[in-house]
Amino acid sequence: MMQTVQTIVADLKDKPGALLPILHAIQNTLGYVPPEIVPTIAKALNLSRAEIHGVISFYHYFRDHAPGKKTVRICRAESCLAMSGKDLENHAKAKLGIDYHETTADGKFSLEPVYCLGNCACSPAIQIDNDVYGRVSNTDFDEILKEHSA
Amino acid sequence: MSVTVYIPCDSSAVSIGADRVANAVAQEAKNRGVEINVVRNGSRGLYWLEPMVEVATDKGRVAYGAVKTSDVAGLFDADFLNGGAHTLNLGLTEEIPYLNKQQRLTFARVGITDPVSVEDYVAHNGYRGLKNALSYSQADVVKHVSDSGLRGRGGAAFPTGIKWNTVLNTQADQKYIICNADEGDSGTFSDRMIMEGDPLVLIEGMTIAGLAVGATQGYIYLRIEYPHALEILNKAIENATAAGYLGENIQGSGKTFHLEVRQGAGAYVCGEETALMESLEGKRGLVRFKPPLPAISGLFGKPTVVNNVISLASVPIILDKGGDFYRDFGMGRSRGTLPLQLAGNLKHTGLVELAFGATLREVLYDFGGGSATGKPIRAVQVGGPLGSYLPESQFDTPLDYEAFAEIWAVLGHGGIVAFDETVDLAQMAKYSMEFCVEESCGKCTPCRIGSTRGYEVMDEIVNKRDLDKNIPLLRSLCDTMLNGSLCAMGGMTPYPVLSALNHFPEDFGIEKNV
Repeated sequence: MMQTVQTIVADLKDKPGALLPILHAIQNTLGYVPPEIVPTIAKALNLSRAEIHGVISFYHYFRDHAPGKKTVRICRAESCLAMSGKDLENHAKAKLGIDYHETTADGKFSLEPVYCLGNCACSPAIQIDNDVYGRVSNTDFDEILKEHSA
Repeated sequence: MSVTVYIPCDSSAVSIGADRVANAVAQEAKNRGVEINVVRNGSRGLYWLEPMVEVATDKGRVAYGAVKTSDVAGLFDADFLNGGAHTLNLGLTEEIPYLNKQQRLTFARVGITDPVSVEDYVAHNGYRGLKNALSYSQADVVKHVSDSGLRGRGGAAFPTGIKWNTVLNTQADQKYIICNADEGDSGTFSDRMIMEGDPLVLIEGMTIAGLAVGATQGYIYLRIEYPHALEILNKAIENATAAGYLGENIQGSGKTFHLEVRQGAGAYVCGEETALMESLEGKRGLVRFKPPLPAISGLFGKPTVVNNVISLASVPIILDKGGDFYRDFGMGRSRGTLPLQLAGNLKHTGLVELAFGATLREVLYDFGGGSATGKPIRAVQVGGPLGSYLPESQFDTPLDYEAFAEIWAVLGHGGIVAFDETVDLAQMAKYSMEFCVEESCGKCTPCRIGSTRGYEVMDEIVNKRDLDKNIPLLRSLCDTMLNGSLCAMGGMTPYPVLSALNHFPEDFGIEKNV
């Protein structure tokens, strides 16, 4: 893991404003940004560990622990709320048996809220990893989940 | 000769099955030994008809929608490749009223071209604006933009020409163009549609901006929630560079403009321009004090143009047809067109680009077709999560920046979210406060603490506790947030909250306002 991180950091550290691209590359590769690599990034960018930690914790997207195999994001924004998004949210939590920011016991799914997927013409919407789904009924949700369980 | 079939690659169309339909069409054609050429276009923006399949015929493109995979064999049986009759046949795409009643300037090519094909882009009047810009002086390019009356489409509606002029007249060894593609406003998706459906118009607009003000580096700050847009933008940048429209010596002019896409990380506040620049610099997205203006000291302390996707994507047509052409659309001080996004509980959700001046009612009913659930539309939120809720009595307001300001509302980025009578506006007001708690950058007290206190007060109110004490408290708190916050995050959260309270007091458990 350290080797991967060092390669990423070496590749990107000279970009102007390199920190976000580095954190994205690390999370894309490892699935999260492990706290133990903070000193490596800090040293390469000549910043304090507090500054790096501050950036990681500021942004909702970066996480400091391994997520489930797939991340389910439920849109909580107004357009989805206008189309029974709250019901879908409750259904998703019940179906997965977890709340937001949690991972199922089998490690398959993590659940996160998202504020708008830009899919407002097809509300309510969810996203699983990079796949967006629109006009999702509770039954659709179960089916989509099944597809992603395979 | 093989027939060309268009099936959108737009992520919203894909979210309701466009990829599956595209695969089914290709497979069915193969099974039948028919040769077809499938183009994955952008969406026309008629989302209730997506996935929409179009076929190129002698008379023009014929549309079919909404197509399910189970319809595909039937479409072949009905000879859809020659525009054959079928229950899903919508006639010529261009003659669908929802489309032909629009004035599409910025969205002229979306849904028509292959998004990443430079050849297709040029064949449909692309890069004519850049060609003109290369023959003008920098000041003349800026003058066209000023003359057009274009105002920032991200929501603040600041005149784009003034911003450009400031950057042009500020001396520096390096200047930047930033495209704000952090389309975080709920109920909006026009930026996404441009980036997925006609990314080259954005690239051209940014290139023109670079030439105009003397900036050689551009960044598109793209929200993380748009992975499809990232892929398409990068491909379009690669193709534009290969065709000599980006990089060094653009079209033999000796001019340089480099462009890179950077991803955000899920912070709504990074749509605020100074927080965005902090984020691009690799920091927490904290809002900066102004002055200094970004146009004088912006990214890495250099003069920087920060414009929204739609503002920049409107520049090519302005430079192609002249500032006067664009200015002739619209009303009052709102010139040109605004791409509206119809969302939420509407029958016909989608993208409607219109000259400023149509009324909200026309858009909701003539285009939107009323609510999807068939119940009366009770409230409409215009302009994203920081926009006011409008009751039916305000539906005749023209879509114009000043007319909206007069009723204490905003047009913002043109998002329109409709709610039927089942909505509880007190819950929505509570939600607005909760959103501000989640997304506040934390730099200023009115926003950071005010939102948390606001959420607590709203919680009391929805539980009908001590209303005669809590409603005045909510108003006082909103007053502090409105007048004391550093940026629109805390400063505008009171818009949805107070408009909900003022127009729908019954939802707050009071008969009339105290």
